[in-house]
Amino acid sequence: MPHDGPHHHHDHAPDDPSFASRSAIGARALRELLEEAGVLAPGEVARQVERMDTITPALGAQVVARAWVDPAFKARLLADGSAAVREFGVEMGATPLHVVENTDTIHNMIVCTLCSCYPKPLLGIPPDWYKSFEYRSRAVREPRVVLAEFGVRLSDSMAVRVHDSTADLRYLVLPRRPAGTDGWDEARLAEIVSRDCMIGTALPNA
Amino acid sequence: MSETDRGHHDIGGDPAGPVPRAEHALAPWEKEVDAIRYVLGQKGLMSADKLRLGIEQMPAEDYRRLSYYERWLASIAWTMEKDGVIPPGSFAARVAELEAKR
Repeated sequence: MPHDGPHHHHDHAPDDPSFASRSAIGARALRELLEEAGVLAPGEVARQVERMDTITPALGAQVVARAWVDPAFKARLLADGSAAVREFGVEMGATPLHVVENTDTIHNMIVCTLCSCYPKPLLGIPPDWYKSFEYRSRAVREPRVVLAEFGVRLSDSMAVRVHDSTADLRYLVLPRRPAGTDGWDEARLAEIVSRDCMIGTALPNA
Repeated sequence: MSETDRGHHDIGGDPAGPVPRAEHALAPWEKEVDAIRYVLGQKGLMSADKLRLGIEQMPAEDYRRLSYYERWLASIAWTMEKDGVIPPGSFAARVAELEAKR
């Protein structure tokens, strides 16, 4: 190293993100130890990061759009979510997917009060607010108030069902197809299905 | 079981303030921790249940103080040492070594 001083040993690139913070160093330390233990192969973690980067809520939106245009698919999705999303190449693994359908009388929303369980193979990594103590605490106690904070105001006659996810079961909300979307193809429909629509904290708008 | 016997993670129904809506793009290290857990899970070494156990057994102050993926990191490191996958004490030692190189 050209300027190896007494206090700093710059044997890593100055902009190496794995030295960016104490937490980043922790992640690097853990990965190194697991590689040295022979548990992780070099590059294995990086490949999974790349794979996870490709999973976005757009994938879930495609599933919802298909359910809106294809009644047979919708029936399969509601009967066995894990099997139905496999048609999109999505593998839920050990945690089955249960899809809950919004109707003109029932609104569904998802939470994980104990931690952060979420249909990651379909929607990617959950947003910060989903993992927040506030959402986890309040979603099951005062869902209408929480929904109003998110801009979703429901009539008193609309029942609200809150689904508490677990390590063994993941939920996805199938939103209602909005009026004014007759004749739209799947791609166009998928564009109006946001991540939050599939958590139940937003409604799709045409 | 009284209210006070609940674990620090068992917060469903508790009073709390407005849901913070700001979202941050994940830092590379956060994605890495997520990926490490996933790959270890695939190998049968770190189930979601073990991840939660580690998080639920950490001191309540840490649970509240640490960020989401800091909790994951602590839980995975603790579990890997406890299960003998990496040597006891090796995580803290390696962090200290790397810190000295900053």
